[in-house]
This record gives sequence, structure tokens and C-alpha cells, in this order.
Amino acid sequence: MGDAMATLHTRSAARLMIAPSVLLLLAWMIVPLALTIYFSLLRYNLLMPGMEEFAGLTNYTYFLTDPAFFQAVFNTLAIVLGVLFITVVGGIGLALLLDQPMFGQGIVRILVIAPFLIMPTVAALVWKNMFMNPVNGLFAWLAKLVGLQPFDFLANAPLFSIILIVAWQWLPFATLILLTALQSLDEEQKEAAQMDGAGALSRFIYLVLPHLSRAITVVILIQTIFLLSVFAEILVTTNGGPGTQSTTLTFLVYAQALLQFDVGGASAGGIIAVILANIVAFFLMRMIGKTLEA
Amino acid sequence: MGSITLKNVSKVFGAHAVIPSIDLDINDGEFVVFVGPSGCGKSTLLRLIAGLEDVSDGAIVIDGKNATELPPAKRGLSMVFQSYALYPHMSVRANIAFPLKMAGEDKAVIDKKVEDAARVLNLTDYLDRKPRQLSGGQRQRVAIGRAIVRQPEAFLFDEPLSNLDAALRVNMRLEISQLHQQLKTTMVYVTHDQVEAMTMADKIVVLNRGRIEQVGSPLELYHRPDNLFVAGFIGSPKMNFISGGPAASHQAHTIGVRPEHLVLSKDHGMWQGTVGVAEHLGSDTFLHVNADGIGTMTARVSGDFAVTHGDRVFLTPDPQRLHRFDEKGLAIR
Repeated sequence: MGDAMATLHTRSAARLMIAPSVLLLLAWMIVPLALTIYFSLLRYNLLMPGMEEFAGLTNYTYFLTDPAFFQAVFNTLAIVLGVLFITVVGGIGLALLLDQPMFGQGIVRILVIAPFLIMPTVAALVWKNMFMNPVNGLFAWLAKLVGLQPFDFLANAPLFSIILIVAWQWLPFATLILLTALQSLDEEQKEAAQMDGAGALSRFIYLVLPHLSRAITVVILIQTIFLLSVFAEILVTTNGGPGTQSTTLTFLVYAQALLQFDVGGASAGGIIAVILANIVAFFLMRMIGKTLEA
Repeated sequence: MGSITLKNVSKVFGAHAVIPSIDLDINDGEFVVFVGPSGCGKSTLLRLIAGLEDVSDGAIVIDGKNATELPPAKRGLSMVFQSYALYPHMSVRANIAFPLKMAGEDKAVIDKKVEDAARVLNLTDYLDRKPRQLSGGQRQRVAIGRAIVRQPEAFLFDEPLSNLDAALRVNMRLEISQLHQQLKTTMVYVTHDQVEAMTMADKIVVLNRGRIEQVGSPLELYHRPDNLFVAGFIGSPKMNFISGGPAASHQAHTIGVRPEHLVLSKDHGMWQGTVGVAEHLGSDTFLHVNADGIGTMTARVSGDFAVTHGDRVFLTPDPQRLHRFDEKGLAIR
């Protein structure tokens, strides 16, 4: 009896305690979402203040039939998949290298993490002006050194260039996670595999890779969340162009709202982006559920 | 076939010589146990034989061929690790099959060998489980299974039973001994537990600080220890050592008497003392006696011998089974 009372008390106290954070979350998430949905149903242009009127699903039709939309979906997926591929493969390679005993290991590891600490805008500008610039850039200089025509990365391969820049930023993160996973691999297991006659490659395939699967999943999950919303790198390098060649969904919504002042259309785009992100999340969680269970 | 010879083998880590120099012969089909306190270099010695560590000097000859420079996989040995080192993401079947797969064996041959090994080790029902779904003893058997499918020249065991509980340890001890009877393959077994060494070995190698103190059969070591270290290490409870007056009367620096070779009496005997603690095991009782002018001694008496704390008793050593040592700790015979 007394116990039940105590439990009841604890429970209501617990509810009271978590109430502030729940309310805060509500204000933080539900209100903006509701407002966005509301705006997406209005004809709402910043150039025509006071003339908002209900527009039904016109904004959605307009956004979905925009030729830039499919390009943007493709570009978004290309950036996510491209960066994931480079960071996971490169991260495994770097982690394997950094796991080898060598002189100055501590300093090298700190240096490897450095790109992750540079803010995206700065990183993109450094790449744009110091590496990829067709006149003064390092790559142009290297090309001229061997007698080749300098390649204008941002004009001729804008999407690939952005993938490269973003991958450079995320490679340290992947390396770090994979390196710690690698270090947790039991030494006796490696020795057992050695005794069992497995060479370096077999040990990698049958022992190291399965051991890393969980860490790889974590890298993919966290990076996907952030890569879906890559923005600064595009804004300071290509501005979505040439044309719409490097426009992503995030950038398209930005262009709609702040370049064309169409808040209604941008809100509809935002809602569509949320739906697409949830579809990606659904597949991601299924994949992860499987790996984390095993 | 599975003979192993160590010639002048040494291992140095930095400035520290873990193993100064060791010569040892292990004959084909023998069950050899390396025993010693922790840090005595017994595991290092095993890893040198396995090839997981490189020797600093000397030669290792396996099956008549110099294997000093060979990588572990080429030495024809298989090893059972203390942590079992099973591959966690593979089924029991895949674990046992792994060395065969690495050797590029036929699928059908692998299946047959795995089934055979599983039958020998009572693992047939568990073949499709993952290691984490198995108990400690079953994991141990999988590790042994993975070792036997390759039909190696010799097995190396690195403290394989230390992660098991006491009851299971006794069982596995028996199973490994039976396996040795069946396979008749050379086995080299490392342990710090002298009971494991005594019960399983054909030949015990007692190591201390990287040196071999004595090599011999369990009973040889028990009856004729070469020095104080071996005398104290082999046998449970430990041998009693007495120096000074009583030792001088036997023309020795130290004399040793095993607890089971002390005769106790309530009214007459050579030394007198007071009973401290009595440990009753049922069949036997271990008495810790504070002997006057000598110190604490342990005596093993029959469980019927009724004494309690504070009683006065007399102890007499069996003169036939007295061990005498000189001032360097070496046995006088």
C-alpha cells in the first residue's frame, strides 16, 4: 500500500520534472513545423506584404514541377552518397594506417582531426581560392607544372568539387570513429587468425571489417543527418550553379525564400524536404537495426 | 612428428631479459606443462614457440626443421588462447572451419572435418550458434575444435582454464587429458596452477624468472625437487621449510617437510607446538601449528584427528621423506 503510494508520488514528481523539457521541445519543434505547414498553404510573397491569401496546394504543385526540383533531389543524393563513400573507404584506410605504431603518433592523430574543427565556410573558401582556383590555385599550378591545361573545378565539375570539399571535412570524423573501433579489436583474435593461417588481407576481410561494421553504421547514420543539409559549402563556392548543377534541396528552399522572396513556395519545399529526409531515415534505421542487432 | 626443440632461446624486451637462455626438448606426443608464478616468462616462451613473438637469439626446431624464422601459420602448430579468441561474428561452424578455409580446403572436406571435430567435442547441437550464445565451457571447446581440425604437429594452450569456474575447470582438465589420449599429439600447456600441472602433465617444466628450475615428471618433481623453489611450488599445501638448529642437525642449511609427511601426536614427538587454525576438508584436516622455536608449520592429518585451536600437539617428520637443501637452496642428496 505504502509502496504503491510512493510509486505514485515518484511518478507524478517525475512528470513534473520532465515537463519543462517537454514544453521546450514542443515550442521548439511543433510550433515552427505548424507554422511552416501553415505558410506552405498560403500565397505569401515578401514583395507583396499584406496580400497573403489561402492558396491550397498550389505551392506544392509549383515546387514539385519545378525542373530544378529533380536536379536538386539528385544532387542531394549524389552529395550524401559520394561523401559517404569517400569518407568510409578513406576513413578505414586512414584508420588502418594510424593504428600502426609509428613515431609521433599522438601529433599525427591530432593533425588528422584538424579539418573537422574548421568551420564549413572557411574550409570551402580555402578550397575555392587556394586549391581549385584555375589561375592561382594549387591544382592549377600542379597542372601547369606538368604542362597540362588548368582545370576549372567549380565551373566544370561543380558537384564533384563540392563532394570533394565536404568529404575532406568529414573524413577526420569517420577516421576517428573507425580508429577507436579498430583499437578495440581483441589482440588475441588477431593472433588466433594469424595462427589459423589468415594473411593480412584475409584478416582484414574476415576479422577487421566485421568488427568495424557497427562503427561504419554509426558513421553513415550521423553523417547522413548532417550531409542532407549541406549548405555553406555550396553558398560560398558555386552558389548552386552553374545553372542548377550544384543546387541541393536545402539550397533550393533557400533560393525560393531569400532570392525569390516566395515564403509560401519555400515552406512547401521545406515540408517536401522533411518528407524526403524521413524516407531516407526510414531505410537508414532499418539497415542500422539489422547491424546493431547482430 | 611433433617434436619441439629449443636451443639457447632468449627473449629481450628493451633492456629487460624476460628469458635469458633456455634449452628444452619436447618429444613427440608428450604433454608438457610450463608452470611457474605470474611473470616467470612461461607465456612468452609459448608465444616464442608459436611464432607470435620473435626470438632475440637461439633456434626453435619443430619436427626436425628449423622454424625460428617461419611465420606462425607455417609452423604447423595451433593454439588455444586464454580468452578463447573466437571470432564473435561467425557461427561455431564458421569458427571451426576458419583455419581450413584459410588453407583453401574443399567445401566438402571442410564440412566433414568440422562435423567430426564437433562430434568429438560434443558441439554438434551448437554448430549454428554464435560464440556469445555459448557458456564458458562450450566456448573453450569451440576454441579446441578450431585447434584440432588442422591436425597440427602440436597444440599450444595458454592458460586455457583460467576463465572457467572451479567445477568446470576440473571437467575441462579431464577432457583435455582424454583428448590427448585420443589424438596422441604433442601438447604444450601453460598454467600457473600447480594442480593442473600435476594432474595433466607427462613432463613439467618449472619456470622462475625466465629460467628453467627443473624438468621432470610430476612425481619426480614431487619426490625429488632440485631446489627450494621447486620444492615450494610443487605440492599443496606448500612444503614447510625449517632452517637453523633443526636443519643443522641434518647437516643442511634448510630442511623441507611436506605437510603430509608430518606425523602428529598428542603426547610425544620431536617438535612441540600450538594449533592455530584447523581447516577441515572432511577426509583430511590441514592444521596450522605454531611450533615452538621454529615458526608456523602446516600439517595434514586424517579428518578423525580431533584437535582445536589452542591445543598442544607434537610433530615428527618422516625421516625418509625429509628434503635437505644447502645455503644456495640446492638439494643435497
